[in-house]
Amino acid sequence: MLIITCPFCGPRDEVEFACGGEAHVARPLADNKISDADFADYLFMRDNPKGLFLERWRHSAGCRRWFNVARDTVSNEIVEIYLMGSLPVKTAAKTTYKTSWRRDTAAEKAATPSRSKAGGSK
Amino acid sequence: MAQNHPDRGQRGLPGGTPRYSAFALAKKAMNYHQDWQRAWRDPEPKAEYDAVIIGGGGHGLATAYYLAAVHGLTNIAVIEKGWIGGGNTGRNTTIIRSNYLWDESAAIYEHSMKLWEGMSQDLNFNVMFSQRGVLTIAHSEHELREMSRRVHAIRLNGIDSEILGPAEIKKFVPTINIDQSIRYPVMGGFLQRRGGTARHDAVAWGYARAADDLGVDIIQKCEVTGLRRQGRKIIGVETSRGFIKTKKVGCVVAGHSSVVAAMAGIRLPIASRPLQALVSEPIKPILDTVIMSNAVHMYISQSDKGEMVLGAGVDKYNSYAQRGSFPVPEHMLAAAVELFPVLSRLRMLRHWGGIVDTCPDASPIISKTDIEGLYFDCGWGTGGFKATPGSGHVFADLIANDRPNKIAAPYSLDRFRTGLLIDEHGAAGVAH
Repeated sequence: MLIITCPFCGPRDEVEFACGGEAHVARPLADNKISDADFADYLFMRDNPKGLFLERWRHSAGCRRWFNVARDTVSNEIVEIYLMGSLPVKTAAKTTYKTSWRRDTAAEKAATPSRSKAGGSK
Repeated sequence: MAQNHPDRGQRGLPGGTPRYSAFALAKKAMNYHQDWQRAWRDPEPKAEYDAVIIGGGGHGLATAYYLAAVHGLTNIAVIEKGWIGGGNTGRNTTIIRSNYLWDESAAIYEHSMKLWEGMSQDLNFNVMFSQRGVLTIAHSEHELREMSRRVHAIRLNGIDSEILGPAEIKKFVPTINIDQSIRYPVMGGFLQRRGGTARHDAVAWGYARAADDLGVDIIQKCEVTGLRRQGRKIIGVETSRGFIKTKKVGCVVAGHSSVVAAMAGIRLPIASRPLQALVSEPIKPILDTVIMSNAVHMYISQSDKGEMVLGAGVDKYNSYAQRGSFPVPEHMLAAAVELFPVLSRLRMLRHWGGIVDTCPDASPIISKTDIEGLYFDCGWGTGGFKATPGSGHVFADLIANDRPNKIAAPYSLDRFRTGLLIDEHGAAGVAH
């Protein structure tokens, strides 16, 4: 059983939470201009690493708020918990964020044009 | 071999040569069974093969066997990082059925069922396939209606399926509790009499032995560390025991599909999750069929040794840890005890998890990739065991001919781009 520290309510058993899968998946803004393959990347393709994984959780039996968790999928160790709309700050989680293939997808670039223009201001 | 129609079951294919007898058993008993011959060789990897199958589970071994037996490709290897059948093949609850809703699913699972029906003869190895029936229970009026719609669809595909009422269920399974006052009462159910179970280890061993007899190298304790490419073409596999040159690579690695795919820069729509199962202490026979319940996420059967074999729903978050979270079996056991009060004081002996490769539409991927010579057979999720022979059979065909056959075609990776999904979530009437 995982003990997850909700940023709003503190440490609770995993039964109180729902896992929302991979975090930081940007919905394409230029929806009609994007190709089917790029849209499939957004809709279906998921990072599924053996190791550190950035995912969303919701404290569904508590405050019902979403937040992000950096968790190791082999050891279940939770490396970092950080708020929605923010990026991880711990080195390992930061590296995972930067090296994710999703950073290079058309959806990601279309959703955050400023980032790609700034040459990847990560 | 070609005269055997693939839909007819592969009786007459070359299986393993006979080598066990009652006399040999008695003779070997004299020296405490110490000098039994190996059932398959333990070869060193050759420098080059015509094809390499990554993953020595049931699906991988079946693929190798059908490549050799049906397509005459014998200079091939199966490479396995652990030991054969040590992953999900040895961890599942061995349920076999083909009562799926959609035509595409009916085609592949029924193809598989027909191969099961002839497997022990084909492989000359007793896989203990037992068509004891699989009964899926409905716990609400709505579920029952949905179920009867499904039963009709399944029957239109020529697959046996029938609806039972609570009284008929009680007659079929005397230990079940059909009291209407329980939280999830038994409202009815649907039964596939041709469904059942098989001995999972025997399936791996039978395919391994038969493939080995045909010249397939089964290389255990050999981990794939990379896929070597030349442009968009595969040229070989890097392993912990050196580089192996080959033009065709079939990946059948279940929970690790995304990891191997990443070696080739391919993305898959797969989430790897633990699926848990438990067995109890052995007891006298009380259940001679398989009971499943979708609403309470529980399935149960009794092994030939007398253990109650129980399986749960899939865990809710990604993991490669091969152990699950405790709330999942707790929830399932609560449901099991309500349906079978006789189990309430039974002790559980073992509990484990296997990492299953779940797909967004709960259907597998049997597909070519953008890279020439690289094929994937994955995404079987929580229901791969029943498909072992069918999956291996169509995947071998895909690798040998470099094009999917009629059964495999709908399972292309491309369906996530075109949107032609095969949505079997709940449609099959079971926990996925």
